[in-house]
Amino acid sequence: MAFVRWLKRHLVVIAGLLTLGYLLLPNVIVTVFSFNKPKGRFNYQWQRFSTDAWKDPCGVADMCGSLSISLQIAVWATIGATVLGTMIAFALVRYRFRARGAVSSLIFLPMAMPEVVMAASLLTLFLNMGAQLGFWTILIAHIMFCLSFVVTAVKARVMSMDPRLEQAAQDLYAGPVQTFLRVTLPIAAPGIAAGALLAFALSFDDFIITNFNAGSTVTFPMFVWGSAQRGTPVQINVIGTAMFALAVLFVLVSMAIGNRRNRQKA
Amino acid sequence: MAAVTEVPPPLAPTAPEKAPRKRGRWTPYWLLLPGILWLVVFFALPLVYQASTSVQTGSLEDGYKVTWHFATYWDALSEYWPQFVRSVLYAAAATVLCLLLGYPLAYLIAFRAGRWRNLIMILVIAPFFTSFLIRTLAWKTILADGGPVVGTLNALHVLDITNWLGWTSGDRVLATPLAVVCGLTYNFLPFMILPLYTSLERIDGRLHEAAGDLYAKPFTTFRKVTFPLSTPGVVSGTLLTFIPAAGDYVNADLLGSTDTRMVGNVIQTQFLRVLDYPTAAALSFILMAAILIMVTFYIRRSGTEDLV
Repeated sequence: MAFVRWLKRHLVVIAGLLTLGYLLLPNVIVTVFSFNKPKGRFNYQWQRFSTDAWKDPCGVADMCGSLSISLQIAVWATIGATVLGTMIAFALVRYRFRARGAVSSLIFLPMAMPEVVMAASLLTLFLNMGAQLGFWTILIAHIMFCLSFVVTAVKARVMSMDPRLEQAAQDLYAGPVQTFLRVTLPIAAPGIAAGALLAFALSFDDFIITNFNAGSTVTFPMFVWGSAQRGTPVQINVIGTAMFALAVLFVLVSMAIGNRRNRQKA
Repeated sequence: MAAVTEVPPPLAPTAPEKAPRKRGRWTPYWLLLPGILWLVVFFALPLVYQASTSVQTGSLEDGYKVTWHFATYWDALSEYWPQFVRSVLYAAAATVLCLLLGYPLAYLIAFRAGRWRNLIMILVIAPFFTSFLIRTLAWKTILADGGPVVGTLNALHVLDITNWLGWTSGDRVLATPLAVVCGLTYNFLPFMILPLYTSLERIDGRLHEAAGDLYAKPFTTFRKVTFPLSTPGVVSGTLLTFIPAAGDYVNADLLGSTDTRMVGNVIQTQFLRVLDYPTAAALSFILMAAILIMVTFYIRRSGTEDLV
């Protein structure tokens, strides 16, 4: 009876943790199988422990090249989408202008559209214009679909900003440029950073839109897709595991720094 | 003259002022111009091109011409309606599963996690940084024929039930609808959890206490207080799950078989392999229209139109 009561009280916690397990199970598998030494071309069955793949992460032809292309595209797409998106977010929150509704819809629609539709329609545009598919068409596509997410992230932050802070700066004889650089930008920074991080993650991991508009350029997700057909090298799992570990480490370190700063202020 | 009227009267009680809108009438347009231009040229214009492609006839060799050949739509629908139905069914199943699985976790993070909150939050987001294709391939290992998961399901006679329902066939889970729905649920679960968490976190904890003081049992509190207050999260979570799931072709390709092909698979094959552009464009247009209609209807019904 006591057990039933305990179960009832903690039902939500148990269900929540089970979901968390479901979310993390694939990452556990990816990590474990990065130490596998598979027979044959596919790395789906456990054979025996080995660190071969970790010692030679670039030992597969073309994989690290595709990784570097993905990183370059992600960096440029992040810069492009963050700059353009931040400008739009400021315009939307700070100004009244005509066609506001149309602009909001144009921002919202790419997020409410299945990726495959955007991918296919963009390809028809490129084909019609006779554009050469490759690095640049991928970059154009990535900036396009990351833009809306940046706008949403920055808008949320700028909306919660107290406009009196900027007025105070102007009352203290700060010019518009100085006010923007010294007051507005620092306060909006967390929103901009969140948008940029989101854009980077979205661009780096994008497959569907890239697959349509890449031509013969191979990004990392496209390399993984191809290897699912031809044979999956263990090195894929090494990269997957390393990225997961780096992400967790990055967040933990930035949180620790944030905590220390808060304590110093207190 | 304008400058004079803009100076607020001294000592007048200033209402909480909105941002200053004095400088530069043209500033907002300059700020908007590059980004909006980008979206117009690379998002809106392609949709126009796609619409025009869908009513063209011709061949790759001779080129295509607009002939207002609307029969393409009819042909595409009559040939590929099973894939359309399948996409909607799989996406709906995945969305319901995401809600059922995601709600407890979002609730746990919002109300019960205490000092573990940040850690659990990181664990929800971190998988994003491993390519989703690699993680989807891991499901091939998890659901492998004769593996522990399939063995357990078999021993518990769960597979008998799912076989009877047509979700699996024989001793396999891989290459069946169940595997595809499982993969879709997994891939879009964070898109459900994050908006749910955002709306749950805003709920004032004292409302729970008040409900308890008024003799509401925990479940009644949930049904009458917590859940209604979390509807914005439920609505945006279901949209963020359903829309990408309906257009997805990765899960159906990696975890499914030819019997689980979704409309995304058809569009991809027509566009990139068969090179039948009009049919592919028509299919893509139908998918877009169907989703926009469903989403509009759903948002109206749930009364949260200020989502945008």
